[in-house]
Amino acid sequence: MTATATASDPATGGPRDRWSPRDDLGLVVTPFVLLAVLAAYLTWLGAQDLPQQAASAITGDKLLTQTREQITITALSTLGVLVIAIPLGIALTRPWGKRFAGPALAVANAGQSIPAFGLLVIALAVLGRVFGRAQDNILQNTIGEALGPGLVISVFALILFAILPILRNTMVGLQQVDPDVIEAGLGMGMTRREVLWRIELPLAVPVMLAGVRTALVINVGMATLAFLIGGGGLGVAIRSGIQLAQNVVVVTGGVLTALLALSVDWVGAVAERILRPKGL
Amino acid sequence: MSDHQPMITLDGVEKRYSEDAPPAVERLSLDVHRGEILVLVGPSGCGKSTTLRLINRMIEPTSGRIVFDGEDVTHIDANDLRRRIGYVIQRIGLFPHQTIAENVGTVPRLLGWDRGRISERTDELLDLVGLDPSLYRDRYPKELSGGQAQRVGVARALAADPPVMLMDEPFGAVDPITRDRLQNEFLRLQEEVRKTIVFVTHDIDEAIKMGDRIAILRERSVVAQLDTPSRILAYPVDDFVDDFIGSGSTLKGLHFERVRDLELSNDYPFVRSSESRGDTRRLLADSDARFALVLDERGRPERWVDDEDLSRGDPSETVAGLGPKVIAMVEGNATLHDALEAMITSSAGQAVVVGRDGAYTGVVQIEQLTEVIRRMRAEAKAHYDRLRGRA
Ligand SMILES: Nc1ncnc2c1ncn2[C@@H]1O[C@H](COP(=O)(O)OP(=O)(O)OP(=O)(O)O)[C@@H](O)[C@H]1O
Ligand SMILES: [Mg+2]
Repeated sequence: MTATATASDPATGGPRDRWSPRDDLGLVVTPFVLLAVLAAYLTWLGAQDLPQQAASAITGDKLLTQTREQITITALSTLGVLVIAIPLGIALTRPWGKRFAGPALAVANAGQSIPAFGLLVIALAVLGRVFGRAQDNILQNTIGEALGPGLVISVFALILFAILPILRNTMVGLQQVDPDVIEAGLGMGMTRREVLWRIELPLAVPVMLAGVRTALVINVGMATLAFLIGGGGLGVAIRSGIQLAQNVVVVTGGVLTALLALSVDWVGAVAERILRPKGL
Repeated sequence: MSDHQPMITLDGVEKRYSEDAPPAVERLSLDVHRGEILVLVGPSGCGKSTTLRLINRMIEPTSGRIVFDGEDVTHIDANDLRRRIGYVIQRIGLFPHQTIAENVGTVPRLLGWDRGRISERTDELLDLVGLDPSLYRDRYPKELSGGQAQRVGVARALAADPPVMLMDEPFGAVDPITRDRLQNEFLRLQEEVRKTIVFVTHDIDEAIKMGDRIAILRERSVVAQLDTPSRILAYPVDDFVDDFIGSGSTLKGLHFERVRDLELSNDYPFVRSSESRGDTRRLLADSDARFALVLDERGRPERWVDDEDLSRGDPSETVAGLGPKVIAMVEGNATLHDALEAMITSSAGQAVVVGRDGAYTGVVQIEQLTEVIRRMRAEAKAHYDRLRGRA
């Protein structure tokens, strides 16, 4: 299996013969560990005698809202990446699309190497104008209304930012499918489309999922920066803590961000485990 | 659609992969008859796989015509055509994410068979290729040995009972012993199913064994010789073929002749083991032979005796136990190659021939084998002289 983009993927290490409970032990234990850490931290926090300013920056309500925003940004941006990168990855590996593969990867690479803050600002500059110009714009009226324009712009920026891992892994996953297997499928009278859906995509799934997991982790981390353009998220708590010079507030924002990132990574791992075709 | 019409006809077929490269297949014309195994054999890169892939339109010819069962293949939808032609690719290409049963059921599924019929057919095929369905049905390809995977590849190609099979080095990736077994099993299978088969290999011995006819190809898929194995062995048309079939072609030719078709000699007197030494000795003296054959009470050859053996002891004693045991012994349906091998292992110039029941029927002499070789060569040469004369 290609190693380029699967660093975070323990499942593609090699073929296994039989399932054993030990393989999944980590997956089963992780959520309990995460919950325990969360409970322990909240208990400790509750026992602290916090100054008024700090206590009001991290009320349960605020933290819940920020966490929800962070999750929304992560989920929507990852969904957006999936919708763009997977079809694009498929197109770029078809015989007619191959010659665009190089340029497309270059663009995606560039997207990821622009500093996150810069990307957010660019997104704000470009999309903000769209929001501002047309008051009755669909974006503004429906999505923007429901989620807040800052959040929507953050989602767009993160989509650009996380396209690369999924695009690259979709392409690598499809390219590493044994040509003999494709030849056999076509040779038995499967159409190109049947070969894609029944053979190539299932065989590419493990590598693609590794890319999805990478994108999820990037997005959940990057969502912390959404506050910079008014997108909300746990970054808000961290910023308040810094402004108020209250370390407890900063740490609370940090701990929640970390736990959320680990949870999201766990979701990715579970998806990999469940969706990986048997027999590989 | 008469039986005499070839199943597949290639007519001046040419394939160039690119404008400036030499063609991979150059003006190839040949017929594949119904129910035969036609072997394409030739050095690596000579265009065997390309030729095969032209037949099921995996690639399109640059020029020329291919006729399948009386129909120009370009008039048949490529996917339809491929569902009617079983195809075993060079490196098998099982789908790793599907079970063996799902792999085998691929074409039936494409043809829209119902589940029950597919699973019945799958089990039947696994049985046919010697894999216990209850054991292998639900396995994945990575859980198979190379030989088992090759069997599944063959079963998968046979699934929808296509009249034609294209097999590209189907037994390539296994050890010689397993290959031999797969070949034998496949030949037995072919007796039953009688498909029209185009079989590609680069191994001349496999070609000789599997082919009803063999096309020896040189570079660019040019036919060097197309004929039955025995005629090719008896009369290689040029140095290329001669080199390709290698040394020992004469001996290989003996595989195609059977002992029962020879005129067996009965020069040796034979007696039952209950016969007396004296009587046997007289019998031997009356004949021209130096040995007599002793048979057991059921007529099976036991020992050779000569005058010296018979002169020992009392002439009224039986001949039982005298003389050396008969070692060179073959059945009537053995090949001349088997007979020669028996002669050589026993260092005798003849082999004793027995029927299926083991009873003595005669003796084959080494001179008869050389005579057969001479005759095969002469016949093949005459055949080609006739062809040339006509041309
Ligand atoms: N897809 C392709 N594109 C360009 N050239 C090809 C292609 N496939 C085969 N060739 C060339 O055509 C020639 C014949 O190849 P082919 O695969 O038919 O040979 P082969 O007789 O099957 O060889 P082998 O015994 O090694 O399998 C070779 O020179 C090969 O390089
Ligand atoms: Mg080949």
